Amino acid sequence: MTKTLFSEDHEYVRLEGDSATIGISNYAQEQLGDIVFVELPAVGTSFKKGDEIAVVESVKAASEIYAPLDCTVTEVNEALNEDPGKVNMDAMGEGWLIRVSLAADADRSHLMDEAAYTTHTA
Amino acid sequence: MAQSGIPPNRTALFDLHVSQGGRIVDFSGYELPVQFTGIVAEHMHTRMMASLFDVSHMGQITVTGSDFETTSQALETLLPGNLKNLKPGSMRYTVLLNAEGGIEDDLIVTRPAEGQAADGVMFIVVNAARKAHDLAIFEEAFTDELEFELHEDKALLALQGPLAGAVLAELSDAPLKLAFMQAMPASIEGIECQISRCGYTGEDGFEISLKNNDAISLAKKLYADERVNPAGLGARDSLRLEAGLCLYGHDMDDTIDPVSADLLFAIGKQRRIDGGFVGAPRVLQIIKDGPENRRVGLLFEGRMPVREGAQIIDVQGKIIGRITSGTFAPSLKAPIAMAYVPSELAVLGNKVTALVRGREVVGTITRMPFVHQNYARKPGI
Repeated sequence: MTKTLFSEDHEYVRLEGDSATIGISNYAQEQLGDIVFVELPAVGTSFKKGDEIAVVESVKAASEIYAPLDCTVTEVNEALNEDPGKVNMDAMGEGWLIRVSLAADADRSHLMDEAAYTTHTA
Repeated sequence: MAQSGIPPNRTALFDLHVSQGGRIVDFSGYELPVQFTGIVAEHMHTRMMASLFDVSHMGQITVTGSDFETTSQALETLLPGNLKNLKPGSMRYTVLLNAEGGIEDDLIVTRPAEGQAADGVMFIVVNAARKAHDLAIFEEAFTDELEFELHEDKALLALQGPLAGAVLAELSDAPLKLAFMQAMPASIEGIECQISRCGYTGEDGFEISLKNNDAISLAKKLYADERVNPAGLGARDSLRLEAGLCLYGHDMDDTIDPVSADLLFAIGKQRRIDGGFVGAPRVLQIIKDGPENRRVGLLFEGRMPVREGAQIIDVQGKIIGRITSGTFAPSLKAPIAMAYVPSELAVLGNKVTALVRGREVVGTITRMPFVHQNYARKPGI
């Protein structure tokens, strides 16, 4: 069973057991506009909640993406190197940023479910 | 001066921008659209079709002296452009300098067309953020001989793109009469305006100055043509950067002289010899000796934008320059930037290293404009 949670900074975390897929929300990609470059971390890097994990750049500006929870990168979306526009086209799907493994005790109490996030961005 | 009842931080087109889905941001104290459908789409539409930009935040100033001779001669003491030889209905890009030769603003001076205004009248368009600043400099310099009026009652619309002439020709004969950097008064279905053939996108285009009260009506006439889309500040910035055009406060400021900024063309040829303008001793000396640093264009490999503020380093890692504007160029699909580097390195084809988030990226010094400028050298469409 998968469950998608959201951070206040507009990242999503799709939980799949003790791993997860992280990306930016559809709301976030709309706010950023045309995405022209995505800088992704190295596989194997561990992050604490709040660390900068990626940079997503539009024509206008560079936006830092923060780790929504403690995690270790297991895979990055290499397809974004060639086609960063996938984040605009399908932020919650093909435009994912990284896959991570989670510590069993990774704190997720600060993350919102979809209904709460929808209210947060309204 | 603001007679039309518009809040001072909104242009006459504000409600139209909102109704068209413009994403409003604060820019130089004005609420303006940064984008409508998206910066890349608006950028490409401007390169291929025609876009309408609201540039009403820019300062439109009327200067009045006793006759053309008096006005142009007086302005030349402050502005290094050759103004005395301006023909009626023609425009000149120049800069306002301080005593050290630093650029206080860049601006366009227009001599009205034959019969458009009294003989001693000239028009100046200045940057939004510099309006009050420039006006204070002008008024202090010319207390007696010239009068200056800032038109908060006027809007300025920029129709830009290769089809701009064809679009405007449906409403006015201006495209058939004006070449690049020429201006004339016009009446579009009863709306009195001044049309000039200029812009800041590198494309053919027109700027239309008119009363605030007429602005929405004229904009709607232009949008009635399906070739015209709205475009915001985001596309304006990426377009001007591709066109190699400087943005005040970024690629030049009051500490940078026009020679270093590669804006020598803003100084009249004879004036580079004769001087006679504020800042001339310093500027003429820099022309003679060559500037220490020079503005150049940079093209980077890959996709990572190299933006304003990024440092340029030499092989030892010493900081030798800085990026003043940079983006991912939608037309070129590559990162481009403007930067200041030591003059001895400012050679086309030279490679320089910039630092982005601690990572070194190599850029090639590239001729500007980055894209071909499509100006109308002769009247017509």
